Amino acid sequence: MKKETWKELTIGTINLDAGNSVLNKTGTWRSGRKPEFLEEHCIQCFFCWLYCPHLAIRVEDGKVTGINYDYCTGCGLCAEECPTKEKAIVMVKEELKLAEGGKG
Amino acid sequence: MSVIKILNGNQTIAEAVRQIDPDVVAAYPITPSTAIVETIAQFQADGLIRGEFVCPESEHSAMSVCIGAAAAGGRVMTATCSQGLALMWEMLYIAAGLRLPIVAAIVNRALSAPINIHGDHSDTMGARDSGWIQIYSENCQEAYDNFIQAFRIAEHLDVRTPVLVGLDGFIISHSAEQIQVEDDEEVKKFVGEYQAVYPLLDTSRRITVGPIDFTDYYFEHKRSQIEGIENSPAVIEAVGREFGQKFGRSYGFFEEYRMADAEIAIVVMSSAAGTAKDAIDELRNEGVPIGLLKPRVFRPFPHDRIAQALHRLKAVAVLDRSSSPGAFGAPLFTEIRSALYDYETKPKIINYVYGLGGRDINVEHFKEAAAKLQRIAETGKVDQMLGYLNLRE
Repeated sequence: MKKETWKELTIGTINLDAGNSVLNKTGTWRSGRKPEFLEEHCIQCFFCWLYCPHLAIRVEDGKVTGINYDYCTGCGLCAEECPTKEKAIVMVKEELKLAEGGKG
Repeated sequence: MSVIKILNGNQTIAEAVRQIDPDVVAAYPITPSTAIVETIAQFQADGLIRGEFVCPESEHSAMSVCIGAAAAGGRVMTATCSQGLALMWEMLYIAAGLRLPIVAAIVNRALSAPINIHGDHSDTMGARDSGWIQIYSENCQEAYDNFIQAFRIAEHLDVRTPVLVGLDGFIISHSAEQIQVEDDEEVKKFVGEYQAVYPLLDTSRRITVGPIDFTDYYFEHKRSQIEGIENSPAVIEAVGREFGQKFGRSYGFFEEYRMADAEIAIVVMSSAAGTAKDAIDELRNEGVPIGLLKPRVFRPFPHDRIAQALHRLKAVAVLDRSSSPGAFGAPLFTEIRSALYDYETKPKIINYVYGLGGRDINVEHFKEAAAKLQRIAETGKVDQMLGYLNLRE
């Protein structure tokens, strides 16, 4: 994508395309581990959803249904905060792949 | 109706605020600028202004409120000084980077440590790279006039850059003078209606204010920001001229006093320039060919105009009311010396730091500097380029 020169930019760093951070796939930052959702242990407390810094917990029809790996950075907060005795989210190994890089 | 009132510096700023009636004033009181904030709060309580007055928990928050309110689309101002300005630091850069035309009255005061509440320019000089336009005032009248013009400069569509107006702590903020207070309606007309650019409250257009830039855009955005302040000289000049046509007091980038046939000159900003004029009158009576150059606009620095005004002289003393520890001279000096670099003919130039923490500068001190300038002019030799005035050695 062609990047604007400074003369073409909107004044004051204003971004006229509000909400375009969805284009920034933060999932490419993941390195070596990812959360796995185990629905059978989930009590729908929404702690994972609350703590996830990248809004990567999938919610459908008012229920947590899994992880959106496009945005999950693999930080592990969701697994850490999951309060059930048998965790509904566990971190598992993921094969390392070279990140393609998010949109700047 | 234009009337003469007896007001001190803080009251003149508050009076201008009452007349302009910005949408939002967000400020946290701090000596010696407290009375500005107090008086605005009183005006609001008395129903004399319609704008919102917000007193948050700190100056950092005050500037944050200003930024939010300006981004929302309001005309916004604040007032502070010294530690208060220091606490606003990171938000100053954000206001400038977001090109929000906030106006701030800064009652210049020393920075701690040691703690001191009196006037010097350490606070605003420290903010000189924050991207704000800086205008300094010699007396209460100039503070009033500069403050009114500041809105026009900041809000001009080619500029859209925050402006701070400096007035010396206590010497100006607490000294009552005769002030020509212009007619409310005429001031309102001069300042005009505020046109917000991309206001957040315009819900018909979704925008993001303050998004992150990575290595691929930050540089271009900063360059784009610089364009605003680089466009400002033409606007500062036009507004100063228009102010003169309307109210009879014109303003430029600096004032020249008895400079036409001067061979040596003193450069000093703000309240000390008033004392300097007395000293120059006395010296002129003694036959000394001396003049004064009083910079009014420090950012953008009018380097070409100042160099033009000074380059034919034999010797110049630049007086700074702040220090820049470890630098080759104090802020005003480094700017002026650099501005003269390209001239074939240029004066010998020396720097005095004076008046830190409100230390007096009297006619005798200007005469001390003048005597040194005369020696330099005669011999062509500078024995000490960087020095101090009225300091116990």
